[in-house]
Parts: sequence; structure tokens; C-alpha cells
Amino acid sequence: MDTPLIIQTVSLKKFYGAGETRVIALAGIDLEIRQGELVAVMGPSGSGKSTLLNILACLDHPSEGRYFLNGTDVSSFNRTELAFIRSSKLGMVFQSYNLLPRLTALENVMLPLFYRRQNHLTSAESRERALAALEKVGLSGRDHHYPNQLSGGQQQRVAIARALINDPVLILADEPTGNLDSHASAEIMELFQQLHEQGRTILVVTHEREVADQTERILTMRDGALVSDHSNGSSKKPDHPASQPAVEVPHELL
Amino acid sequence: MNFFEIFKESWRSLKANKLRSLLTTLGVIIGVAAVIVMIAISAGTEATIAESIYSLGSNLVFITSSFSRVGPNQGPQPQQGGLVYDDVTAIREKVKGVTGATVDQQASVTVRYNSTTLDGVTLIGTTPDYPTVRGLEVASGRYFNETELERTQKVVVLGKTIAQNLFGESDPIGQSIMVNKTRLTVIGVMAEKGLVGGTDFDQLIYTPIKVVFQKFTPSQFARFMGNRVRQITVSVDPNANLDEVVQQINLLLATRHGVTLDSPDFSIRTQADIVKAREETTQTFRNLLIWVASVSLIVGGIGIMNIMLVSVSERTREIGLRQALGATPLDIHLQFLTEALMLSLVGGVIGMLAGIGGSFLFSKLSEMRTVIVPSAIGLAFGSAALVGIFFGFIPARRAAMLDPIVALRHE
Repeated sequence: MDTPLIIQTVSLKKFYGAGETRVIALAGIDLEIRQGELVAVMGPSGSGKSTLLNILACLDHPSEGRYFLNGTDVSSFNRTELAFIRSSKLGMVFQSYNLLPRLTALENVMLPLFYRRQNHLTSAESRERALAALEKVGLSGRDHHYPNQLSGGQQQRVAIARALINDPVLILADEPTGNLDSHASAEIMELFQQLHEQGRTILVVTHEREVADQTERILTMRDGALVSDHSNGSSKKPDHPASQPAVEVPHELL
Repeated sequence: MNFFEIFKESWRSLKANKLRSLLTTLGVIIGVAAVIVMIAISAGTEATIAESIYSLGSNLVFITSSFSRVGPNQGPQPQQGGLVYDDVTAIREKVKGVTGATVDQQASVTVRYNSTTLDGVTLIGTTPDYPTVRGLEVASGRYFNETELERTQKVVVLGKTIAQNLFGESDPIGQSIMVNKTRLTVIGVMAEKGLVGGTDFDQLIYTPIKVVFQKFTPSQFARFMGNRVRQITVSVDPNANLDEVVQQINLLLATRHGVTLDSPDFSIRTQADIVKAREETTQTFRNLLIWVASVSLIVGGIGIMNIMLVSVSERTREIGLRQALGATPLDIHLQFLTEALMLSLVGGVIGMLAGIGGSFLFSKLSEMRTVIVPSAIGLAFGSAALVGIFFGFIPARRAAMLDPIVALRHE
């Protein structure tokens, strides 16, 4: 394959506790996601999808196995090194938006620039970049609004603009439509589609079938394991044979 | 991320809780203001002391009789040793660098002129160079001279208030007043001097020392008092070496009194010695007050720590978000430390202004002098900053150690 791997995990495992009370959260995940993919991770609660997301987002360490992000093995990075990776390579979108209420939309979008290590921007450049990001998510002119002056969908779009500001190699979204009505959900997914068309690599964790259906590839988890890797019919890109699941589970059973 | 941005960020989050931030800094404000006011008061007191000591003439050496305690009777033994009037003339004549030497032998007397009677007036028996040594001036008439002293002439010079009380508007020069049972002729009135070091110089009257020996020493003491004096004041040429002069006086008096320098019957102190001794007293007091003020600073610091811990738990989710957006533990640590530091520095600035204002107000209200000491401001401000860093450390560390996953899930 000529498109580079963004995510590559090798028998990724996560345990909590020790001895007899040990809980296996991830039972060995082998996953490959290539640049430009729009992937959904589904599964019931307790299936390990949050644990997987936390590790992929460099917020947590795997207990065993390897995680290569954009070719770098980050499995044994310490907290500070992980923070550098989060700053330079990742964009996070949360279910509850997580905007700081005392900052304007523009300031919220600029927040990740505050923690940049390299290529520090001047305040004029930062502003310009944040305004461009807001424009990209369709919120031009809302830059001086505070979060409580925006609708849920608009707040989530501010959060997406914030995730884009550092030009990440990977966008991770944790139930991005969980707090939104169906109309706003559709808008957010449309935005992800657009970003996908622009070549962004996006991983969406969701438990909503309709949301997952708007991605090109659906991973399903159960009991800490990937039980299906399903290429969505609506996908505009060809399947990747390398990432075919070991066990095929019919779509209808999920 | 640079420090300017951290400062901006910290300022913004403190501004979001204006009242709380202000109340939190109150302890530091009070502490810093208290330190500055305390130091200003004690510096003012020291300046007043030094001024009062130096206002009675400059470059002075004070020699005081000290009676050695000998024999079974543990009380003072005035019959042996001590300074005598002849020591004054000896010092004046034999010690190089001395510009004057005088005594002030006091007696409490009743003064009467016509129908006016003043009780408890302090009579000073002294020498003609007394005004020069003690920096006093004669306003009208003249001071007594050497001849009048030697001949025990019954003359008197009045302090301004005494002259006014006895004579009102009329001229006292040449008039006779009754002092106890002795008639003295007024030859001069001193210029106004006022209250210096607890003594109102305008309430004194001056007469030749020999008159005091003859007429105003209580008869029961006269037998053994002779011409003993309590204290000799020597003025020294500003160009002379003060230590050398003191040493010469020591040797001269020891020889004259037949004592060794190990157990002298007198003690010599310079003005600087006296200022230092008085300052030591005020310094003990000052140190005590500064300790009390420091306690207030520490209490203020605990207040800051308390509110920062509240802030960390309130903003747990924000901390998690910042970590998710790329903040390192150090970034979080610095941000909360800066907030604590800023709280204490804002408190420091307000406390500094309050301290300066308070010092002025205090001197206005109490008529005590206060002196704003720049180093005190630096000290107070520095300790405020130290308090911020010290008490901000634990909350900042707690914030930095938060697990981003747990923090993000925090409600």
C-alpha cells in the first residue's frame, strides 16, 4: 500500500488491577488505519472502545503490545512525551464539547496553540489560523460568541475547529453526536465527511448505527476484542485487504 | 508556551473569580501592610531617638558616676569614689581634642517672685560652657561667666516658660527671685528649645554649679556629697579621634580617682553608644512585631493554598482538557503556580500601598513619626512572592499529577 499507516497497533492489551481481580479491558487489538480513512468504532458499553480510544489518543498506556502513531512507537512514552504527541499529532473531539465557558469561540479554538512546542506562532498568526479553522467548520462571524451563546451543534463545531488548529495527522472523536439532536448530528457527520474528503484521517467512537453508517469502515468491539472490521457500502474508497478482520461477523447481528 | 502567555492565562482565570481572588489575597495584604507599617513605625522611633540625642549638641561624650558596691551594705555607697567637680576642669585642661566640659547637677526647687510661686522647678547647676556643649542659646541678657562661677555669685538664667510664668510681659533681667530660701538675680533668659528626650528645656533654670553645692544640696547629704557630680558632659572637636579622646579621659579619671580601668567608678558613653542602646530596645520590640506580621503572611499563604486546592478540584475537567490538548504536567504545574504567585503578588502590591498609606495615616493620627524604609517594602514584597510559591506548590502539583482520563470524566 502506498498510503502511509497512521495507526498501527500490535496485540494491544490493557489490564486493570492485578492477580485474581485483574480485569482485561483490551484483549489484544491488532488494528491498522491508513491516512485519509474515516473509521467508526462501535460496541456496547464495557466493550473496551473507550479504553482503546484513550490509548489511541495518547492519554493512556497499553499494558502490553505496541502502538505506532504515524510511524512512531509511543507505547512506552512518558507523560510529557505523550503530551508532546497529543499537541503535535492529535485532535480530540468530545461528547460534551469541553469548551471553556469563559473563553470566546475564537479563544477556545486557539487554546491548543498555547501548548505548541515547535514553530511557535505570533498572536496575529494564531488568530488568523483560528479564524480560518472556524471558517472551515462554517462558523465565520461567531468568533466572539461565548459557548453559552451557541447551540450544541455550533459548540461541537467549535470543538472540531479546535481539533484542527494544530493540523493533526489524526482526529479522534469520542461520541461526538452523543449530546446532539438528529439534525445537529447529521451536520456534524457531514462536516466529518467533508474533512475526510480533504484527506483527514478520522476515528469516531459511537454507539449510534446512523452515525457509524456515515463512515467508510466500521470496527466493532466486544469484550475487549475487535470482533468485526466491516467495510461500509457507502465507502468511496476501496477496501484495504491488510485490515480485513480475522472473523467476519454479519452486520445484522450487531 | 511562554511566560507572558502563562501570566495572561492565570490573570484571566483569577479575574473570572474577582471577589474570591480578592478575599483570598486579604491575608497577604494585611501581612505585607503590617510588615511595612511596623518597620516604618520603628524606623520613625529610632530616627526620633537619634534626633533627640543629637539635638542636645553634637559629638558628645557622657561620663557618669558609677558607685561600686562594696561591704556588707548592698546599697549604693556614695561616700567612696565617683565624679567630682574638679574632674571637669581637669578634662577641659588636660585632654586634647576636648572643646568643652560641663555638668548638670539637678535639684528640685520652689521658685517665687512677688506673689507667683512655682513648685517642683528643676534647677540645673552647671558651668559657663553649658549652652555651647548642649547646643542651647540665650535669648535675652546673658549666661553666667567663669568669674561668677568661681565666686559663687547668686545669679540665675531662666528657661523661657519659667520666665513667662514669673514675669509675664515684663523684663526679668536684673530682678531677684527666691529659689527655696536663697535670693538669686536673673541675668538672662534662654531661647525656646521645647521638649527634647522627655525634658522640657523651657521649664529649667540654670545657676553656677558652686551655688548648687553651697545652697541646694540637702543638708543631710552635704557632709559626704562634697562637690560630687552625677554626670559630666564633654564635647569633642569633630576633627579629633573620638576613641582616642575617650581613652585619654579614661586614663585621666582613673589616675585622679586612684582606680584601675578594670573596676572604674565611672562609665563613659558616646552619643552613638546611647543611640545604639536605645535602638536595641526598639529593635527587640520591632522584631516581635515583624514576627506577628509574618504570622499574618503565613495565614495568608494558607488561604491561598486553600483556595488553589478548591480551584484545582473545581477545574479538574479543564485540567483534563488542557492535558488532552497537549499540556504537559509541567505546563499545568506552572499555570497553577503562577496563579498562586499572582494572587500573592497582587496582595503584595495592594498591601504595599496599604502599608505606605497606613504609615502616613498612623503618623498623622498618633503624632509619632514613621519612616518608609525601601528595604522593608522589598522584604514584604519578597516574602509575599515566597508565600505564593511555597503555598502554591502543593495545589499545582496536585493539578499536574491528575490523570487526564479521570480528569476529563470528572463532573
